[in-house]
Amino acid sequence: MSKSKFKNPVVKWIDHRLPVFSFMDHELNHYPTPKNLNYFWNFGSLAGFALVTMIVTGIVLSMNYTAHVDYAFDSVERIMRDVNHGWLIRYIHMNGASFFFIVVYIHIFRGLYYGSYKAPRELLWILGVLILLLMMATAFMGYVLPWGQMSFWGATVITNLFSAIPLVGESIVTWLWGGFSVDNSTLNRFFSLHFVLPFVIVGVVILHLIALHRFGSNNPIGIDVKGTQDTVPFSPYYTIKDLFGLSVFLSFFAAAVFFFPNFMGHPDNYIEANPMVTPAHIVPEWYFLPFYAILRAIPDKLGGVLFMFGAIAVLFVLPWLDRSSVRSSQFRPIYKIFFWILLFDCILLGYLGAMPAEGIYVILSRIATAYYFFHFLILFPLLPYIEKTKPLPISISEPILGGAATASAFATREKK
Amino acid sequence: MIKYSSQFFSNNILKLFLSSLIICISSICFGAGEKINYPQLNWSFSGILGTFDRASQQRGLQVYKEVCSGCHGMRLLAYRNLKAIGYNEDEIKAFASENSVNTINDDGEVVERPARPSDKFVSPYPNDKAARAANGGAYPPDLSLIVKARPDGANYLHALLTGYIDAPSDLKVPDGMYYNKYYSGNLIGMPQPLYDDGVEYADGTKATPDQMAKDVTAFLAWASEPEMEDRKSLGVSVMLFLLLLTALSYFAMKQIWAPIKKQ
Repeated sequence: MSKSKFKNPVVKWIDHRLPVFSFMDHELNHYPTPKNLNYFWNFGSLAGFALVTMIVTGIVLSMNYTAHVDYAFDSVERIMRDVNHGWLIRYIHMNGASFFFIVVYIHIFRGLYYGSYKAPRELLWILGVLILLLMMATAFMGYVLPWGQMSFWGATVITNLFSAIPLVGESIVTWLWGGFSVDNSTLNRFFSLHFVLPFVIVGVVILHLIALHRFGSNNPIGIDVKGTQDTVPFSPYYTIKDLFGLSVFLSFFAAAVFFFPNFMGHPDNYIEANPMVTPAHIVPEWYFLPFYAILRAIPDKLGGVLFMFGAIAVLFVLPWLDRSSVRSSQFRPIYKIFFWILLFDCILLGYLGAMPAEGIYVILSRIATAYYFFHFLILFPLLPYIEKTKPLPISISEPILGGAATASAFATREKK
Repeated sequence: MIKYSSQFFSNNILKLFLSSLIICISSICFGAGEKINYPQLNWSFSGILGTFDRASQQRGLQVYKEVCSGCHGMRLLAYRNLKAIGYNEDEIKAFASENSVNTINDDGEVVERPARPSDKFVSPYPNDKAARAANGGAYPPDLSLIVKARPDGANYLHALLTGYIDAPSDLKVPDGMYYNKYYSGNLIGMPQPLYDDGVEYADGTKATPDQMAKDVTAFLAWASEPEMEDRKSLGVSVMLFLLLLTALSYFAMKQIWAPIKKQ
């Protein structure tokens, strides 16, 4: 047996029988990580932090929440008014959902820009898309729980989408509701699922991390790590960088929680759910707006539903849609431009999702939807045949070593 | 040749991207033209360091009690909560006991007792249907959350309360409806509630409709967000802590990475 790397006798004893400490030492301490990662690589750990925050605050909230149509709204207000620091816990949870999506969307666009989904990281990417899908389901059901007007009408609109399925649609909706309208049984099952799905997300996140640690992180240049000269141990280099990133993230998060807690919410959700009064505009939470715009852009109900789910489905097969072997956009001059167009397209869709479905907004929604699918289904497979990529560096160390000339020049200038 | 064409392509795409971005942003700014604009007031509680004006809140409570509470309830607020706007226990007890609540005595009979500080504000109607029946079918909404439940709530409320003007001559206002320039659709079921000297303020403030609207809005803003002052003051401490943490972790990061960056 090799000599244990741990000095503490208790740790040594346990590790010999149950090598959890060796595992953590290997995966969190020595884990070799490319040394050229930029700040966009902070968002993975931030997403993990957001998930834990949501679970912890959510468990505390559930201790004070009542999942019943007659009491849900008032029980949330009791948390806001009478539970000690209940307003803090609830505002963290409420804004935490938005910040979780902000972080995850940046994480996804990072992956798109630097080609992080390409071989051999296809499963890593697919697990990530699965996490996004689970997050969306969880967030949607969580928004129903306060039982405000938007909760109720959002739930009605979204569950009704399933009625578009031919033949069995209506039965499926009744089955989802547990009755003939969104009512107490719907609220109860949404609470139950909203509680359990985050733990399913944790499970998929663990798989996501196992897949990540198989080949390690991608990097801004997108070429494989050639040896130890290209990497640094995760700790202390990326633990401290993640801590810095976390501090910046928390500063934005805290600013929202303490000073603008309702900025990302809808005022109507402070009106108790009323099945007899329909709000003028039913809008989902901001993070669903691009998908909502796609749904409404298609004149056919079933078509709209299919395109909306299709917008996520194309992400699952993206590793095979993109035929280019070059990962990073830095070396793909044309794709780089289309990346920014896609980002703009998604923001435009989000804006259109918040607007009423009439006039120019419908036309723009259709153009933006068409572009979204054009980008994934036509551009990704065909672009590599047209695009001339730039030459790739030999290794990660090379551009850094290349930069050493300027670095030393800088050093000499400083000496003067 | 290929390189040249891709360059040409990219410049045009970039221009297209930028111009469409500008169009989109300008449409966000100017697109919502049909919205009713409320006068934007300078509330003591707005801004990240804003706090409530106690005197204004207390006058607002008086307006609520003497004018609004005839029709509007505040079921989420308890009498004990009034401590936060500067009333002592005796005052709260006296205020609560002016109302009565139903309770069940030891013989199982429904009897009335005076409300206690621990009771929620007693609503003017026993149920929603009674409220509708008494108001020509229009339901006077509960005011506990009204400022949070309307976009730009404080300004909206102040505008609505002072927005009663004569209807345009070509518009026939139906019976039981009133014309208000700030209400969506202009026809509102609530008659003008505030008139000059509608209440008599103990502190000598002149009770103009504008003043009363401001005061009752200050009171209702607090009722919507009773945690606001605690939230903002805790927020300042948290932000200072995070600023320090950000600075420390930044310099720690720079120091740790220095040897790697030098390589």
